[in-house]
Amino acid sequence: MTTQSLSTVHYAEWRDYFALLKPRVMTLVVFTALCGLIAAPGHINPFLGFVAILCIAVGAGAAGALNQWYEADIDAVMKRTADRPIPAGRIAPHEALAFALALSLGSVAIMGLAVGWLAAALLAFSIFFYAVVYTVWLKRATPQNIVIGGAAGAFPPVIGWAAVTGDITLMPVLLFAIIFLWTPPHFWALALFMEADYSKAGVPMLPVTHGPTVTRRQVLLYSLVLVPVSLAPWALGYVGWIYGATTAGLGAIFIFDAIAVARNVATVAADMVAERRLFKFSLLYLFLLFAALVADRLILS
Amino acid sequence: MTPEESELFYARRKSRNLALGLVLVALVLLFFGITVVRMT
Repeated sequence: MTTQSLSTVHYAEWRDYFALLKPRVMTLVVFTALCGLIAAPGHINPFLGFVAILCIAVGAGAAGALNQWYEADIDAVMKRTADRPIPAGRIAPHEALAFALALSLGSVAIMGLAVGWLAAALLAFSIFFYAVVYTVWLKRATPQNIVIGGAAGAFPPVIGWAAVTGDITLMPVLLFAIIFLWTPPHFWALALFMEADYSKAGVPMLPVTHGPTVTRRQVLLYSLVLVPVSLAPWALGYVGWIYGATTAGLGAIFIFDAIAVARNVATVAADMVAERRLFKFSLLYLFLLFAALVADRLILS
Repeated sequence: MTPEESELFYARRKSRNLALGLVLVALVLLFFGITVVRMT
C-alpha cells in the first residue's frame, strides 16, 4: 500500500459513513414507511413504531452502502458521484462492505425481535432486491433497470404497514404499485437531462440505449398508468375524499407535465426544461400523495 | 505523514470514535426501551 492510499483511506470522518447511507434517499424512505405505518388499520406501540421506522431507515441505508461499495467504479467517472466516500478514497471498500453488512443484519434482526418477523422478512428481501437484483444483476445489464429497481423503493410503506398489522392486504400492495409505477417517469426524466453522465459511465439507461424519443414516450405511458392506479385506493373505498381529491389534482398536473416531456424534442440538456420540471414535480407528487393518505386516515377515521 | 496530516488523521479518528460511542449508547437505550415495552 502506498503512503498516498494509507493516508487518504484513513481520513474518513463520521460524516463519510453517514454519507454511505444515502441520507437524501433515506428521507423519502422514512416518509413513505411512516405513512404506511400510520395509514395501516390497527395500533402499534409508539416506541415500537419508532423502532420499525428506524430499522427501515437503517436497512435502506445499508442497501445504499452496499450499492456504493459495488458501484465505486461507476461513481468514480460520474461528476455527480465522484466525491462519494469510496471513489474519493476516504473509506476503504472492505470497510464499507463490513459496515453495510453489519447494518443490514442488525436492522433485520432488531425488526424481527422487536416488531415482527413478517416486517423483518420484507426488510431483508428489499435490501437483497436493491443490493443484488438491482445493483448487481440489472443496473448494468438492461435499460429496464429502473423499472425493476423501482420495486426496491416501493417496499418501505409495505413494511411500515406490515409492522402494524402483521399481514399484507390489497391496500399496501396498491401503495407498492404507486411507487413502482412512479419510479420510471421520475428517473427517466432525470436520466434525460443527465444522459451525458450515464453514457460516460457506461450505464445502459434508456436515453443512452434507445434515445430521448423512446424514453419520453415511456415516461408518458407510465404516467398514464400511474394516475389511475393512484386513484384505485379511493375508487375501492379504502380511503376518503381527501386522498381522492388530492391525488386527482396531483395526477392531472403529473400527466400535463409528462405530455410536455413527450412533446419536447430537445437533445441538449440545457433545453430540457420540461424534463427538469417533471423530475422536480414527481418528488412533490409522491410526498403530497402520501401526506394526503395520512391526512385522510387521521381526519376522516 | 507530515505533522499536518497526522493532526488531521487524529482529529478525524476522534470524531469517528465519538460518533461510534454515541451510536452504542443509543443502542443501549433502544434495547432497554424495547425490553420495557415488550414486557408490559
